[in-house]
Amino acid sequence: MAEASPTHGTDKVKRGLAEMLKGGVIMDVVSAEQAKIAEEAGACAVMSLERVPADIRAHGGVARMADPAKVEEIVNAVSIPVMAKSRIGHFVEARVLESLGVDYIDESEVLSPVDDNHIDKHSFTVPFVCGAKDLGEALRRIGEGAAMIRTKGEPGTGNVIEAVKHMRKMTTQIKWLTTLGPDEVMNAAKELRAPYDLVKEVSETGELPVVNFAAGGIATPADAALMMQLGCDGIFVGSGIFKSGDPAERASAIVQATTFHNDPSMIAKVSKNLGEAMVGINIDTLPDTELMQHRGS
Amino acid sequence: MTIGVLALQGDFREHRAMLERLGVDSAEVRTPEDLGHVDAIVIPGGESTTIGRLATMYGLIEPLRQRISDGMPAFGTCAGMIFLASNTVGPDQPQLGVLDATVERNAFGRQVDSFEADLDVTGLDDPVHAVFIRAPWIHKVGGDVQVLASVTDDEGHEHPVFVRQGRILASSFHPELTDDTRLHQMLIELTQEA
Repeated sequence: MAEASPTHGTDKVKRGLAEMLKGGVIMDVVSAEQAKIAEEAGACAVMSLERVPADIRAHGGVARMADPAKVEEIVNAVSIPVMAKSRIGHFVEARVLESLGVDYIDESEVLSPVDDNHIDKHSFTVPFVCGAKDLGEALRRIGEGAAMIRTKGEPGTGNVIEAVKHMRKMTTQIKWLTTLGPDEVMNAAKELRAPYDLVKEVSETGELPVVNFAAGGIATPADAALMMQLGCDGIFVGSGIFKSGDPAERASAIVQATTFHNDPSMIAKVSKNLGEAMVGINIDTLPDTELMQHRGS
Repeated sequence: MTIGVLALQGDFREHRAMLERLGVDSAEVRTPEDLGHVDAIVIPGGESTTIGRLATMYGLIEPLRQRISDGMPAFGTCAGMIFLASNTVGPDQPQLGVLDATVERNAFGRQVDSFEADLDVTGLDDPVHAVFIRAPWIHKVGGDVQVLASVTDDEGHEHPVFVRQGRILASSFHPELTDDTRLHQMLIELTQEA
């Protein structure tokens, strides 16, 4: 049968995988054993890491890409997609992760940035997800080739306030763009510090050109449902699962609350007797220098 | 006529947009009760293990199996094809078993091996632009399954990627990510006949 001009690594194929993850939960895991627990609980993908953000925060120092042996172990343990984090601007870490067969790379502020320039993500076959606090940041990352966006939130805090702020900001800015006439789009691009073509596209369609997940501080089923109701396409849970009392139960509850995010009685049902949530951090007790969301904007 | 779209996880919104474009009413299906209100079912792309697990938890497996066995038209794309089939190459996972086929998951490889290509489909004049994302192919089909499109691997072996069995359609690829409505139109025609 005809199979003319097959093409790999196109925008369609990169953005398409993110479309398939929608309505699902992507969980941080640090071992093959945790990856299997996540898959069994219904995760639609896992993020392989050396340490979850709460431990990176506690540990301090420079946070880097995980040990390739660790990433490989996780890639081999599960049938669902595996993501992994590279440092912002560290294109060699990204190439290493691509060579290991990871399905998505998170160019992440959770690790220590190495450059003011982000990775040229167009030059890779593997797709990238990047964090954003607002629409301008999201469109800059898409301009560099990101095929998926997530809110930055404030990772490793178990406090969803920053993710809520970032999502609301993006929604408000998208609405604002749709009210503009063609003569106002260039000035809007200037204000957002974002590529003109993408600003124009969003002003016409009223939506981001890629999938947008919630991340950074989600710790409970109700947190996940809140972010879904605010318009996110799916959920990343970092420290919230494996820093809690009963990871398997909590993971399954967050998956169910994401699917049934509009059904309060279902969220109540899955939230019962989950044991201890991770201990949270109030953002205003963190000095500015410890906030990860300001890295690589 | 209302076509249901299984909305547990995955790209169910894209399938609904496709059906809307064709002027057909659609509804999201998450519970056995929702299933009672629809005349056909689309099972979207997504993660087949996630969809299978949620369908098991919410008691959807038996009612879906029953309705489709009784002749309700169904169309599964990618994860949806896996979910409709009877077996997978590899570990067991929840499946409806209404499509007599063994499916190989991630048959083309990992995400870097995902691709798009034009594909000839039996019964269609022009090729379909097919988007394969961590896609499965069919390893083995039963006698009642009609193969409508295949791909050829590096060793020259053909693998079915679009099949029909009675009123069941299943594709490895994602027409819902393109502007091509012809495969959804086939489902609508099967539903009108039913």
